[in-house]
Amino acid sequence: MSHPLTLPERVNIVLRPIPTWLVYLIGALPGLYIVVGIALALTGTYDLFGNRLGIDPAKTLEHWLGELSLQFFIATMTISILRDKFRLKLIKFRRPLGLLTFFYVVLHLSIWVWLDMQWRWSEMWADILKRPYITIGMLGFALLIPLALTSNNASIRKMGPMAWQKLHKLAYPAFLLGAIHYVMVQKVWEVEPLIYLAIVIILLSLRWRRLLPRS
Amino acid sequence: GIAGQGFASQYSTEEDLNSWEEITQYNNFYEFGTGKSDPAEYAGALTTSPWSVEIDGMVDKPGAYDFKTIMDAMTIEERIYRFRCVEAWSMVIPWNGFELADLLNMAGVQDGAKYVGFETLLRPEEMWGQKRNFIPWPYREGLRLDEAMHPLTIMATGIYGKDIPNQNGAPLRLVVPWKYGFKSIKSVVKITVTDTQPEASWNMINPREYGFYSNVNPEVDHPRWSQASERRVGGGLLAKRIPTPMFNGYEEQVASLYEGMDLRENF
Repeated sequence: MSHPLTLPERVNIVLRPIPTWLVYLIGALPGLYIVVGIALALTGTYDLFGNRLGIDPAKTLEHWLGELSLQFFIATMTISILRDKFRLKLIKFRRPLGLLTFFYVVLHLSIWVWLDMQWRWSEMWADILKRPYITIGMLGFALLIPLALTSNNASIRKMGPMAWQKLHKLAYPAFLLGAIHYVMVQKVWEVEPLIYLAIVIILLSLRWRRLLPRS
Repeated sequence: GIAGQGFASQYSTEEDLNSWEEITQYNNFYEFGTGKSDPAEYAGALTTSPWSVEIDGMVDKPGAYDFKTIMDAMTIEERIYRFRCVEAWSMVIPWNGFELADLLNMAGVQDGAKYVGFETLLRPEEMWGQKRNFIPWPYREGLRLDEAMHPLTIMATGIYGKDIPNQNGAPLRLVVPWKYGFKSIKSVVKITVTDTQPEASWNMINPREYGFYSNVNPEVDHPRWSQASERRVGGGLLAKRIPTPMFNGYEEQVASLYEGMDLRENF
């Protein structure tokens, strides 16, 4: 006789058939909208954004992409916690969400380099070295690069699952750096970035054992 | 109305103007929220009539000056100024207003006075941002007396010939074009002439980042970003970054005020 299904089991049954490509597609939509919008604006063909980006569109995009990065990062980091605490089997969605996080971080950074700083390399380099919030953001980005490059089955096979898992713990410091970067950009203590930071700290504290070396 | 008129001035720049929409929809006025579009959205709640400005301290005729009385006594001019925000964006704005010196002279500045302090209205029931304490309200700013008496320093009462909108600091606000925008305090209700350096809100919150002088200076960076260049608002997605000129382009007129001063020290 089968026991009645628990709520997590029901959720697992509902989510199981969702293909990962659908997560990639839906997750990438805001980014595609922005990329296509910029391309159309550059070629002067069509105004996809209308008045939605306000008076300073480059800054609006920069902030929006930064927030999207953090939102996808939070979703990515929640997956393992949902498994540990609630037995939700969403692990197959972790890689798409992680790669989407990287996609938005790259777009966020591209807007900064291109539309905001406009290729002024010397000013940008000085900023990276001198400005703590940019240093912190850049460091977070740097930590994500090896993770994005090894987010594929071939890398797991090549590295071996233990080494791969160890490398991917870099996600934790990157997560914290991203949230601190957001808080530090502001001129005063704003509520929204602090809420993000609080969420990040709570998620990290739920996983802190994972950060310790295994004995 | 009357607050928005004026004649052309020798002090005006001939650069391209920002649009009414850009000037009135993209503001920093933390009394109405910290988002750039918050002031335009929430400043409608502010009552600006009746309005009076209390002028006190080292003046011959201290007291509450009614806004209409002030306007009757002042000559309104148009001043097209560059406006450079400490956040490294800028605009070109056609203000209408009068020289602060005329107002101070009306009150009669006494000998020995060295500074002028300003305060914005404190009215949390109409300015919801004041219910949060990230800035010690009321917002306050200060100038040295010679800066305050400089002909470039104006009290603006209009933009584009119209009464100044609430989000831009109605009914009258300071404009000091060679200093970062936050020095140009909005919706002024109090002016104090004094011999001690007045408090300035951003300087109180974070003295390492915001000095009392806060003159636009491309060579002295904000600790968190460079001030060497700025983005002129209104150029759309591809708004060009332009080099920031010393004293926001008013070096010829104001450099003498700071002769012999170390501008890195007195930032």
